[in-house]
Amino acid sequence: MSAVQLLDVRDLTVEFATRRGVVQAVRKVDLSVGKGETIGVVGESGSGKSVTSYAVMRILDRAGRVAGGSVSFSGLDLLTASEADMRDLRGREMSMIFQNPRAALNPIRGVGRQIEDVLRQHAQAGSDDARRKAIEALTQVRIARPEERYNAYPFELSGGMCQRVVIALALACQPRLLIADEPTTGLDVTTQKAVMDLIVDLTRERGMSTILITHDLGLAAAYCDRVIVMEKGEVVESALSSTIFGNPSHAYTRKLMRATPRPGITLRDLLPEGEATPLPPPVPAGEALLSVEGLVKEYPRQGASRFMAKLFRKDVADAAPFRAVDGLSFEVRRGESVGLVGESGCGKSTTSTIVMRLLDPTAGRILFGGQDIGAIPARDFARHPLRAKIQMVFQDPTDSLNPRHTAGRAIADPILRLGGLRGGRTVRTRCEDLATLVGLPTDLLDRFPHQLSGGQKARVGIARAIALDPDLVILDEPTAALDVSVQAIVLNLLADLKAKLGMSYLFVSHDLHVVRLLCDRVIVMKTGQIVEQGSAADVIDTPRHAYTRELVAAIPHPPTS
Amino acid sequence: MLKTIGDRILTTIPALIGVVLVSFLLTRVLPGDTAAYFAGPAATPQAIAEVKAKLGLDKPLPEQFAKYVVDLAHGDLGQSLTTGQPVLADLTSRLPASAELTLFGLILSLVIAIPLGVVAAVRQGSAVDHICRVVVTAGVSLPVFFTGLILVYVFYFILQWSPAPLGRIDVFATTPPTVTGFYLIDSLVVGDYEAFRSALSQMLLPGVTLAIFSLAPIARITRASMISALSAEFTRTAKASGLSPRRVIVTYALRNALLPVVTTLGMVFSFLLGANVLVEKVFAWPGVGSYAVEALIASDFAPVQGFVLAMAIIYVVLNLLIDLAYGVIDPRVRMSS
Repeated sequence: MSAVQLLDVRDLTVEFATRRGVVQAVRKVDLSVGKGETIGVVGESGSGKSVTSYAVMRILDRAGRVAGGSVSFSGLDLLTASEADMRDLRGREMSMIFQNPRAALNPIRGVGRQIEDVLRQHAQAGSDDARRKAIEALTQVRIARPEERYNAYPFELSGGMCQRVVIALALACQPRLLIADEPTTGLDVTTQKAVMDLIVDLTRERGMSTILITHDLGLAAAYCDRVIVMEKGEVVESALSSTIFGNPSHAYTRKLMRATPRPGITLRDLLPEGEATPLPPPVPAGEALLSVEGLVKEYPRQGASRFMAKLFRKDVADAAPFRAVDGLSFEVRRGESVGLVGESGCGKSTTSTIVMRLLDPTAGRILFGGQDIGAIPARDFARHPLRAKIQMVFQDPTDSLNPRHTAGRAIADPILRLGGLRGGRTVRTRCEDLATLVGLPTDLLDRFPHQLSGGQKARVGIARAIALDPDLVILDEPTAALDVSVQAIVLNLLADLKAKLGMSYLFVSHDLHVVRLLCDRVIVMKTGQIVEQGSAADVIDTPRHAYTRELVAAIPHPPTS
Repeated sequence: MLKTIGDRILTTIPALIGVVLVSFLLTRVLPGDTAAYFAGPAATPQAIAEVKAKLGLDKPLPEQFAKYVVDLAHGDLGQSLTTGQPVLADLTSRLPASAELTLFGLILSLVIAIPLGVVAAVRQGSAVDHICRVVVTAGVSLPVFFTGLILVYVFYFILQWSPAPLGRIDVFATTPPTVTGFYLIDSLVVGDYEAFRSALSQMLLPGVTLAIFSLAPIARITRASMISALSAEFTRTAKASGLSPRRVIVTYALRNALLPVVTTLGMVFSFLLGANVLVEKVFAWPGVGSYAVEALIASDFAPVQGFVLAMAIIYVVLNLLIDLAYGVIDPRVRMSS
């Protein structure tokens, strides 16, 4: 720890006025950052880690207010500083990088202009050299063809590129402190690595201090000197990262570390000690349940005037269609669970949507139990008897539930439509059985989604998917929106249900560690094609294809205890 | 760009064909007999039949329609039986009066409503926010003819600040020579400030009446979309970068909030076209609205059809302008077209 503290937060308490009274989001938090130091703030959702950083920057929203404590930045008391002084500090002395970079940029202003705005605000550039300096800032974050990108809008750039722009924006005025709030959540692993390396390089070069806020222990371990663990608004542990991951002292830290997927463990190792029952024995894979042959999905490159051109029978030279899925063939056997991995845009979601029969393929066959379901139009499949046999668990447990339906109603939905059960009593009994099966207390069935926690909503989504005893369940990143400790429980639940009900899983994910824990086999996709497939352990431990190796290498190595 | 405009105009052709057909059919099924109306109350059945034959109303509907379409293709909108003038000439002489009044009212309400909505959003729960709410509620609940009459009663009858609500310009002032047909502009072009003052004072009350009516939706949408733009993540980035409040509110939040405002503007304009009819009646404004109402009462088909067609064309042009405005405001729209 260096002697000179750049940022010193003492006993910080932040309150929010809510409909149910005042809630303390942050309680008596101590945090200090030395010059040139990188601090990790780790915790699950609701731990108050972001609120702490907003309080430091004094950009809390209207409902929030600092109720106590002190924040000093190189000797200046930030809590009593005038708003004008704070405005001078923000962006020039301390700046922030946010999660979801595309939303963090003004969608209708060129990215170069946005950097100029910051430079000119802090008198780092005038009208004559603002453009040059903005391009320089873009060059520093290693954006190719910066002169061209200067005029680009956020929607024209990829997520990783947008995050580079946000970094350029934050570092344009050479601040002394950078607060990175989940800077890589939602980005692909390879992009995550590139962005994190860039942040580290730039901040080291300039001797800057950094606060890295993250839910990912692996990321914190890989990039931070010191780590602070927060739980429910309080700091539970604060130590050097080597100490904290080598010898965690607080129970919560230990629980977080256990729940983080890592190589060389089984699903049960994710659960807190003593809670795990032995894993169900592996089911020998049966005959082929789903077999996809030469699947192709093309999208026309559309322009606005296409419709008119068609209307007037003009011959428009169609641009070559975009192939989202390009000649895919694979198999899922009975009782098997297959992982489909790849980075965003690789076609894994398109593939799962087609197999789910919500989207029609351009070419290829989808044999399900011997029948070519690819030939049945997606429109008609909703009423097809096989609909009940292929079900899906969606990515966002909140958005995939109707906010006006109770949990019980959500689970009953497929039963009422396809299950053929009649009478409120029978349906209710079935719902209660399903709830028990997925570990959802039956008294929660009458609650609405907003009254349930993330994990409970995930259970509702799973109960709904298995309500009709499907043979194949497609899991589309079912745990991506969940905290690690909840993810651990949900993954174990999925494994138990599979063994109990004899289902097969097609598991779509970008997280190789999770795939390895849950899946027997894995298929790696890139630009609509399969680059490698094989048993999960083989592919992830000894990847043969260069792309798979790149993916595996990009995962930050989680701490091992 | 030109191609986009061309494409958009092409897509409106089916709509215009529909308007021609529907306005023709509607005027035919309306109760009331044109021939009987013009032959006079004492006319014999033979006289009515004669008038009918003269007007071509005895022919079958498809034939009447074919004749109407052929005339239309030659730019002939028919004759008004009430004024005795060609409908096209009537409309061109009266349209500027309506257009000037509508635009004046719209601009007036924009100048008030947008700042009001912005301030109400920035200072939620403040006095301005409450004023905004009151104005919005009042604007929606007061019908135009009522506000019009109240304004006339207060400012002309009681306070006598305003000139008599009779037309576009004082009877003693000279009408400026027609350049654009807009008196405010024409009088300035020739430098006749007396005429300008007179035209403005005549326009003020009907303009305010229309403005009060259109204020409500614009202020409401501005406030709502400003609130969401102010809580957007890019506004937080702008704040975290230390940008000045002015920059955060105007360049970052307001420009993003403008899209729904522009959409509403299109709708408000079309409401105004309808509201105009009543306001023109109350203020004896020589515009197309009052012209159409009189024609409708007299079962005079040609002016009504001409009016509906003219409004449809105005609406089409307006929507085109709004689509182009989208492109100016939002690069995403520009790129996809």
